[in-house]
This record gives sequence, C-alpha cells and structure tokens, in this order.
Amino acid sequence: MTPFQYSKPTSIDAALALTGPQARFIAGGTNLLDLMKENLDQPEHLIDITGLPLDQVSQTEAGGLLIGALVSNADLAWHPLVEQSYPLLSQAILAGASPQLRNMASTGGNLLQRTRCYYFYDASTPCNKREPGSGCPARDGLNRIHAILGASGSCVAVHPSDMCVALAALEARVHVQGKAGVRQIDFADFHRLPGDSPQRDNQLAYDELITAIELPAPQFSQHSHYLKVRDRESYAFALISVAAALELDGDNIVSARLALGGVAHKPWRNPAVEQMLQGRAASSESFAAAADMLLADAKPLAHNAFKIKLAHAAIVRAFTEAAATGVA
Amino acid sequence: MSDTPTDPSGQAISLTLNGTPRQLQVQPWTTLLDLLREQLDLTGTKKGCDHGQCGACTVLRNGRRVNACLTLAIMCDGDQLTTIEGVADGDSLHPLQQAFIEHDAFQCGYCTPGQICSALGMANEGRVRSRDDIKEAMSGNLCRCGAYSNILDAVEATLPLIHGGPRP
Amino acid sequence: MNTLKPVSGQPMDRVDGPAKVTGQARYAAEYPTTDLLHGSVVSSTIARGRVRHIDCEAALRLPGVVAVLHHQNRPKLAGEDEQYEDADSADGSPFRPLYNDRVLYSGQPLALVVADNLELARHAGTLVRIEYETDAHQTDLLAGQAHPAPAELPKPRGDFQQAYDAAKIRVDATYSTPIEHHNPMEPHASTVIYHPGGNLEVHDKTQGTQNCRDYLHSVFGLPKEKLRVFAAYVGGAFGSGLRPQYQLPLAVMAALQLQRSVRVTLTRQQMFTFGYRPRTVQQLRLAADAQGKLQAIHHAATGQTSRFEDFTEHVVEWSGMLYQCDNVALDYRLVPLDVYTPLDMRAPGAALGLIGLECAMDELAVELGMDPVELRRHNFAESNGNEGKPYSSKALLDCYSQGAERFGWAARNPQPRSMREGHELIGWGMAGGVWEAMQMKASARARLDAHGQLVVSSATTDIGTGTYTVMTQIAADAMGMAPGEVTFLLGDSALPTAPLQGGSFTVSSVGSAVRQACEVLRGKLLMAARSCYPELAGHPAEDMVISEGELHAGRRRYPLGEILPRSGLEAKVVCEPDARRDGYATATHSAVFVEVRVDEELGTVRLGRVVSAIAAGRVINPKMARSQILGGVVWGVSMALHEETLIDHELGRYMNHNLAEYHIPVQADFADIDVLFVDEPDEIVNALGSKGVGEIGIVGVPAAVANAVYHATGKRMREFPLTIDRVLG
Repeated sequence: MTPFQYSKPTSIDAALALTGPQARFIAGGTNLLDLMKENLDQPEHLIDITGLPLDQVSQTEAGGLLIGALVSNADLAWHPLVEQSYPLLSQAILAGASPQLRNMASTGGNLLQRTRCYYFYDASTPCNKREPGSGCPARDGLNRIHAILGASGSCVAVHPSDMCVALAALEARVHVQGKAGVRQIDFADFHRLPGDSPQRDNQLAYDELITAIELPAPQFSQHSHYLKVRDRESYAFALISVAAALELDGDNIVSARLALGGVAHKPWRNPAVEQMLQGRAASSESFAAAADMLLADAKPLAHNAFKIKLAHAAIVRAFTEAAATGVA
Repeated sequence: MSDTPTDPSGQAISLTLNGTPRQLQVQPWTTLLDLLREQLDLTGTKKGCDHGQCGACTVLRNGRRVNACLTLAIMCDGDQLTTIEGVADGDSLHPLQQAFIEHDAFQCGYCTPGQICSALGMANEGRVRSRDDIKEAMSGNLCRCGAYSNILDAVEATLPLIHGGPRP
Repeated sequence: MNTLKPVSGQPMDRVDGPAKVTGQARYAAEYPTTDLLHGSVVSSTIARGRVRHIDCEAALRLPGVVAVLHHQNRPKLAGEDEQYEDADSADGSPFRPLYNDRVLYSGQPLALVVADNLELARHAGTLVRIEYETDAHQTDLLAGQAHPAPAELPKPRGDFQQAYDAAKIRVDATYSTPIEHHNPMEPHASTVIYHPGGNLEVHDKTQGTQNCRDYLHSVFGLPKEKLRVFAAYVGGAFGSGLRPQYQLPLAVMAALQLQRSVRVTLTRQQMFTFGYRPRTVQQLRLAADAQGKLQAIHHAATGQTSRFEDFTEHVVEWSGMLYQCDNVALDYRLVPLDVYTPLDMRAPGAALGLIGLECAMDELAVELGMDPVELRRHNFAESNGNEGKPYSSKALLDCYSQGAERFGWAARNPQPRSMREGHELIGWGMAGGVWEAMQMKASARARLDAHGQLVVSSATTDIGTGTYTVMTQIAADAMGMAPGEVTFLLGDSALPTAPLQGGSFTVSSVGSAVRQACEVLRGKLLMAARSCYPELAGHPAEDMVISEGELHAGRRRYPLGEILPRSGLEAKVVCEPDARRDGYATATHSAVFVEVRVDEELGTVRLGRVVSAIAAGRVINPKMARSQILGGVVWGVSMALHEETLIDHELGRYMNHNLAEYHIPVQADFADIDVLFVDEPDEIVNALGSKGVGEIGIVGVPAAVANAVYHATGKRMREFPLTIDRVLG
C-alpha cells in the first residue's frame, strides 16, 4: 500500500471537514484495502469513520427502518426486524462474501464495492474504469462474468454486491451528508451506468458520506426470495442473482419487485416489468413474461450469452420461490 | 481526534492480545496480519492471499471472526484480539484443537489456524443448527488439501462443547 | 511375551498435529532473525520482448529501501543450462531469474526490491518503472505449432487403424482440459539467514531440500557445505515445490549481494507466475466388439509447454496399461508458447489422461448398451500391456465390486435423465483410476541413545501427507519400540539423501530406508546386548522390545546404558528398490463412483456423494491415507467442476490470478465422501507392501463426475471444467 495519513474523527462534521479528492472514508475496509493493496486506489488520507454514531438500526415514523451506515453486514442480516420484515435483505446479505467479511463490512461500504472485472483488478492492463481513456480489454476479451444490460462501449463491468440487489428491489433510500448539507438518493439513482465515464460508480461526491439506508415500511415480508447463482456453492460472486418480491392476494399479484445482480453496472431494475405483473396470476407464465420483458434489451458479449438464459430461468425460479414462501 | 503521526515509528495503540494488554507502535498502513506476523512474531495467523479470499488469516476481534489481512492494525486500538496462539489453555489444547487432531482435519496445516478461529467465531455467533449450516458458515476458509469433510466432522463434534454453541 | 502391538496399520494421530493446531509449526516465511530484509518481486506485464530500461530511482529514494536487483546489477550467475537443472527439470533451457533482458512470459520476475520491512518493499516495488520492447506473442494452444513430445512413449502394438476400422462399435471423442495452478494455501517463500562467513541457512517452501541445495550450489557456485536448506513444514505444494521456484534464487541473490538475511514471499498473484498443469486437447478413439472387448485404443494428446523447455508428463501411457487391448497407439505432442514451463501437479499426466480415457470408456459403454463397470471388468488387464509385465498386484476388480456395492450401483437405471428430485436431475457415474507405484533410491539414519530415544532421519519432507507420522510408525515397528519414543527428522538438506517428495513414492522409498535402517540398528543392538549378556544368546529376537531405556527380554530388563556405547548406536542405510520388482509392473488402482445433482435450468452441478475404492497395497496409517484420498477426491471434483486459469491471449496474461476468481471448492461444495481400501497384499512392491496414496485419490474422479453429469442430463460435455455456462450452452 502507498503510505497515507490516518485520522479518526468522532463527529460527522469533523469527518466531512477532512474530505478531499484524495481522501477516502474507511469503515470495514474489506474492499478499500483490497484495492489499495493492488494500487488500484491510492488515497493520501484515510478517514476512519468507525467512531461515528452511525451504528444503530431504528424504526422510522413511516414504519420502515433506518439502518446506520456502520451497521455490519452480519448484524444487519441477523437483526430481528430485518429477519422478520425484510427477509429478502437478510437472504441477500448472507449470500454474499464470507462470514468473516460480513462481520467486517459496513452497510454503507457495501454500496461502494467496486467491480470484480478481471481487467479492472489488474493494474497492468488497460481499463477505462481505472484509467479513463485507456480502453476496455474485457469487451473483446474474457467477459464471461460481464454485463448483458446497460453496458457501454467503454465498460462492460458489473456491480458485485448482493445486498444492493435486495435494496434496489426494496426501494431503499440512501441518506447522505456532505459539506453542503444532507440529501437522500433513491436507490435506483444511486449507482450509475457506465456510459462514457465508467470511472464513476455512483452519484456520491467525494465530500459526501453515506450516513444511513432507509427502508420503506415492509411490504414483502411474506413473499420474497433472493436467488444467487455462482460458480461454487458459497464465497463467490454472483454470475446472476435475483431479488424477487411479491405482495399477493390469494394467487394474484398485488405488487411485485424484481432486481438483478451480475448483469449490469448497477443492480438492474425495470419498474415497467413490475407494473406489468400487477393484477396477474402468480404463475410461471407471468414470471416468464416478466423475465422476457426485463431481458428484452439484453446484449451478450462473446462469452456471456448464457447469462441471458440463466437470468431468465433464475427470475422465474426466484418468483416461484417467493410466491411459495410463507405458504404452509 | 487522532491525526496521522509524523513520527516514523508510527502511532501508539493499545489492545489486548490473547489476554495480555499490549502497547504497540504501528504505521497506519500496517495490517493486523502483518503486525502479528512481522512485528510480533505471532506467525500462527497465516497469509494465504492477503485479500480476504481464503480465510487463513482469520482471528477473533472482540469475539468476532475477521480477516486480519483486511484489517488495519491502527483501527484495532482498544480491541480484544485472539489468535490461534491464544486458543489453547496453556499446554492443554482447546477441545476444538483436540478434535482437529482426532479427526485428521488438516494435512499441510496452513489453513488450520484460520479454520479453528473461524469455527470459534461461528460458535460465538450461535446461528448454526445443522451440519449443512456449518458447511455454509465454514465456507469462508479455503483448504487446498481438501480436508473439508474432516474439518466438518471435527467442528460438528465439538460445537456442543464450545461456549456459545448452537442454540436449541 | 514382550510384544508391542505394531503401530503400522493403525490410525495413529499425526505427530505434528499439536504444532499445527496451535500455530507453532513454522513455515518458510516464518523464521525470524535480526535485521531481516524483505524482498518484493516486480513482475513483467508483457508476454514477450525485452526490457529496455528499469527505472529504480523512485524506489531507491525511499528511506529503508536497500537495493533493487535486476539483470544489470545482480550477482554473478552460472552460464550453462546444466547448471540450472534440478531433479525435476524438463528438457531444454531452464528459466534463469534476472539473467538478462529477455521477457519470456507475462509475470516473469524482472526485479527484486529489497527493503527494511515488508510493506516498504511492496510499496517500493510498485514504484519501479520498466520500459519494454514488445514482441508478438502466442499463448493459445490451439493456435500454436505442435511437435512430438520428447517422451519415451510405449511403441505402438498391434495395428490400431486396421482394428479400429474393422470394429463394430467405435468412439471418437475429443476432450479439452484447462490450465490449472497448484495454489497451495501457503504462498512460496524463502527465508535466507546469512551467517557470519557467508553460510546460508535457507528455509524454503520445497518438496526437496537437497534439490534446492544442489541448485543453489550450481547456480551460485557456492560450496555445498555453506548451504543448508530446511523445510520443516510445508503449507501444501502438490508439485509446486518439486523444482526450486524463483523466490529462492532471488532471495539468495539479495543475501549474497548485501551480505544480509533476506526473505522473499510471493503474492497470491505471483503464485500464477511459475509452473502449472498444462492445458491439453485429447483425442480418444476406442473400438470394441459387440461383446464389449476392446479392439483398439488410440490416445493422442497435445499439451502446452514454454518456448524454453519441453515439459512432458505421462498423459497417454495409461491408455495402454489400464485395459487389455492388443491394438494400441499413443501419441503425445507439445505446443511451445510464450508462457512459463508447466510443472508436475498432483497426479501429473494421469489426472489429465484419465479424463480422456475414462470419459471415452463411458461413451463406449453407452454405445455398447453395457454397464460401465461391467465394460471395465470385461477388459481387465492382468499385465501392463505397455511393458509386457504382470502386475505385482492389482485388486482393481475388488475396487469395482466393493465400490459398486457401497455406492448401491446395482440400482442404477442406465437411462440418462432417469432420476429427478425437484429441480435437480440426478446422475450416477463412475470411472477407474491408475497411478504408478514407484520406488526411488533413498537413505535414512537411525540412532538410539542410552536413554532409549530413537531418532530416525532422512532429508524428505512432509507436505501434509503425513510423512512425520508414517515414518515414526515404520521406525517404531522395525525397532520394536513404542512410537512415543521415536522422533523422525526431515526437511533438512544435511540429513541422509532422499528423493523429492512426490509421485506417491515417499512411503515406499523413504519408508523402506527407514525400516531397513531400524532393522540394521536393532541387529546391532541385539548383537551388543548378547555380547554383554550371554544369556540373551538363545533368546528369540522377536521377543525383545525396547522401552523406557531398557531392552526387555522375557521378564528381564537390561538398561540400554549398559549395552550401548556412551555415544549411542547408529545405523545408516541406502535403500534401493528390490530387484524383484524388475519383472513386474507396479501400480495403484481405484474405482470412483459419483452422484451429481444438476439443475438444468440454472446450470449448476452439485456433488451428491462419492465412493472411492482404492487398491494401494498395505496402508500404513489408515487415518491419514483416507485423508489423502479425501483430498484427492476434492481435487478431482475441483478439476471437473471448478478450476480453470483464464488467459487473455491478446495480452498473453492470466487474468483470474487470485482466489476469488480462480475457484477451488469451499466447504459448502462438499458432500459425503466414502473411502474404502480394498485388501491388496503385495510381497513384491517393497518390504512394506505399501504403494502410496498421494495421487491415486484424484485420477478417476474428474471423469466419474463428468460421466455422472452425462447420466443426469444426457448431455456429453467434453470441455472441462463443467461450469454453468457449459451446462447451459
């Protein structure tokens, strides 16, 4: 690692005062230190935020949850309110990484994970995300794990988080505080598509800190499922993951949510698909129609055409499981 | 608020390591793993990948299992740390260590300290209820020798004996 | 009667167990010494070309950076190829680290940054700037030019083509296997402790301390007396420690140049910058008569190698020896590429060749409408057709029958896609395995002191295989002692000469030497005892044991202090394979039965269960032998389903060089593995009757998994590993 300054402020304002283009916040460090060891990020200053009062989970007036940015992934997955009311989120978190990493990783940090693209991770190769303008060898190279949706000519990387796929489906909001004040960002807007500036993963400015994630009142505690398909049974990134949630009236879909991981530069969601499902029967035909619609614009690269077929099957499977959960 | 030291010998931290309070000087960029192995000669904690991808460096930080390779030492100020060197009670092996020997739950031994610390952390979590649960909960520790089924047997056999073991 | 129950054959716990479970066992990078310097390797980023310039200024400017070594400022190195050869060299010109400006492969070490501490060395390494002159490269096996491998293949027998053309039932199938890297959990490391006078104490990750000593001797021109290489504990190797790897000469270079102690540890990424299991393409042509008798076998393999060495392994030979067949043709070719030379990796050659042969046998069974076990039984070979020699023992038929029974094979419906549970298709597949039972020349020393402590030693290693324990058992039995009074020393080049640890020949080679040394020592002891105590002359030797510092004969006890000279008693032997072996072929065998569960919609293949039936002669320690087989099964499943080093041919570079993207199985991937050893007495192979178990556990497994996937799905996949994209494709 390139040497850096280290500070541990005890208030948010003090933390924000230390920010700068070459400074990074550190909490769990599970991805940041990994990147720094490969020289993929070389901050001059680390701001340790683990002393900030952002480690609580509380209920909101709206009946939802406010999750402090420093709550660990393990604590969040096993929080009684999350297990009861947002099982989709628990499931997604527990599908990610390893128990050790989930003990370390923070809620806020999970949103900021960077892609696992081979080329991004090897500083000796070109990569537009790492070095804008240097090129994208993945586009014509090894792209089995890459995007089928929303990719651009300059980047075909995918977002690696499991938790974020569930948060996208649950329509979480990201609470952010910066020098200029506080703001909230809809989860759908938080992560970006690569376009011609793949170096930017999300909308966060360097002087902004994620303080909390807010979940709306639970709507899908009865019928949800997170399905992750990967190259081994555990401790691997998703080839495809699906967060599927249903609100049912008998066999009819009152409302539905669907988000995919492993397919794009951000958790992939299309509200039109969810609207299409409203009022339909919770049947494999409906779910297949949703999959068709969601994947209509999918574009395969040389080695990842299987992802389209896989995503289709996974969507149908996840919805089917979701419909069956909570049914005795 | 603490700021970066200009002192080349690093910054002072205090922590409890295997039950003993320690005052240490660390550089901000020194990981807990390198602190243990290179500065304190506690080489029982292993470096298999240095990137959180193998689990060989698993230690207990305030009772929770973590990857020491992705933990900055400076961030452990005030923490309680247990490494493999602190698992046995003097000369008497922890039941899990004994079970690893009896079940031949290792071959080369390089992943073993991490496996043992991970299993202890898993027991503290108190979430596993079945053999399949243990398999998933022990999946953050790679074993290239392929001792998985013996590791599973050793952990399963010992879990009821460990404080904080599986809940009924 | 004074009889000690023999401990050979007993499931004794590992003697090194307590050290390993408490973190006290030290591996190569874990030897502390004062003023130790740390080296960090700077690797090439291009696959072929020349180094135009190495800019070390920024690195050297950092306080605490002591040196940057590269081809222009390194100490003197040997100039002849032979001086770089080692006990496991391939044909050609061995790689010479930091020798000149040539870049031969991506990831090649080009400089070593040496600094006061590890973090500084790593950081400084990133500041070294290298300018290249780039040449066009080729890393794709399919695009390269093949030439015949310099291997002594068995001569063709019979007339393959005629028999193949004439046969009723034929299979012609091509299989491909990927590059795989050993990736032991412990990264390669060398700690070189520089003693006054220039003596080097080296702790290295190796499967042969003497191989490394001899290499350093010839590469650096250092007298052997000044070199001592240790490997007390080795964190897995699987072949990666058979040749001295480049961290060793780099660390020694720095130690010599700076006259300081130096440690060089490779990163996980750098574990992908030396030997590996080569990619192969294998064509199998099998023909049988209507009753399933093999009429013709042709196995043609093409493997990759480097441009500087021709790496050969036994890929195709197995197809000429596992089954009875009169018309056999074997062909083996190599494609030189701009990559590093491959290296023996657990069951080298066999793990690959048996994929081709045993998958093709399964395809033949389908063509014949014959049960795959029955087909194999029907073609059982009493002798090794390649050599025309009978097997010293071959209990493979028992493996088939006992394995099949344990698995419940009789209930198998041969129809593919005939079993389903929920979303999963269930398949049952099997395959056979074979590995040579070799024995090498080895030596051992046994020494008994007057307190009754026996110390036995040989310069072998224990890479997790259980050598410490097994040798203790063999010594205890041969000496007539309890194992608790026996210490076995290994991993030190100053000990009696031993071969590399590999090939499953350590028990047969070193174990035989240990046994002989102890027998000789016991003979000396009894002779000395009888000359001290004439009443012992008529006492039967079998009735005499050594315990707690005394020789027990009947009810009488004689203090060893009275019998032995003050210095103790010693015996050293050099043990060669017995000439009786010459008339026989010697091999271990296996039959592996696998259940898989395939989710066809999601493309996932899950392991259901495995039964591995092994014929490996007499097993010295059933607990650890079982562990070796368990490990082999994990490796085999991993070959079938997970492992593949991905190379970007445009860049000529491995891209998944980490343990997140190079997938080896995790705990959750594994299901029940049932290991059984069939009885296989063998008086010929060696006095221990033992054949070794390090490789036989893996060889049949990948094919058994693939055959099970076929049985589950009806789809024959011939490109390994069988990943989700291929299952769905």
